[in-house]
Amino acid sequence: MIDVKISGFPLDEAACIAKATDPACGGMLVFRGIVRNKTKSKKIVRLEYECYPSMALKELKKIANDVIRLWDVKNVVIHHRTGILNISEIAVIIVVSAPHRQAAFEGCQYAIDTLKKTVPIWKKEVFDDGEEWVSAHA
Amino acid sequence: MKISLLAFGIAKEIFNSGKLDFEIPSETPTVDMLRNQLEATFPEIKKLSSYMIAIDNEYASGNDQIRENNEIAIIPPVSGG
Repeated sequence: MIDVKISGFPLDEAACIAKATDPACGGMLVFRGIVRNKTKSKKIVRLEYECYPSMALKELKKIANDVIRLWDVKNVVIHHRTGILNISEIAVIIVVSAPHRQAAFEGCQYAIDTLKKTVPIWKKEVFDDGEEWVSAHA
Repeated sequence: MKISLLAFGIAKEIFNSGKLDFEIPSETPTVDMLRNQLEATFPEIKKLSSYMIAIDNEYASGNDQIRENNEIAIIPPVSGG
């Protein structure tokens, strides 16, 4: 089972876990990506996320399908938030459940690493004295 | 060919718009031709660490043809998660 979603509202972690709950699965990984209070040494005020919804959903589905294809994983849930996020809010939740833990650990790591490289979502860091699109410039 | 471009993130700021009508001086344009024309019109885009072009929600490569009615998007370096 795969379930991917992009939402402008706070993510529902309990719902993500419920979707990946499966009597055949003995291992479940829950990854949360959380807004940190600084980047390098600079204090962050908030993050602003934007996305290309149709393509982002397509890329998220590819990642979820690849996790199931490449590991012995049964369920992958990936929910990503967009809009304005404050410190300590959850930007992304990934839940991976598998019969055994190793596949869940590896599949979850692959999912977040690949999401950061391929999914058309962008974040802007807002500081007290300016702002910057992350990774835009070398 | 006249095409319509979608832009996101910093590309949106460089174009000053999330949607842009753009002329490529070819009847059979490729992604590389679009890149050249974009970089000539908006030199700021060359300062990005990289950028991709998507055709109909898929990353495209340089030789890919652009056809009328394709949905073309400019994808600056992504930073989700």
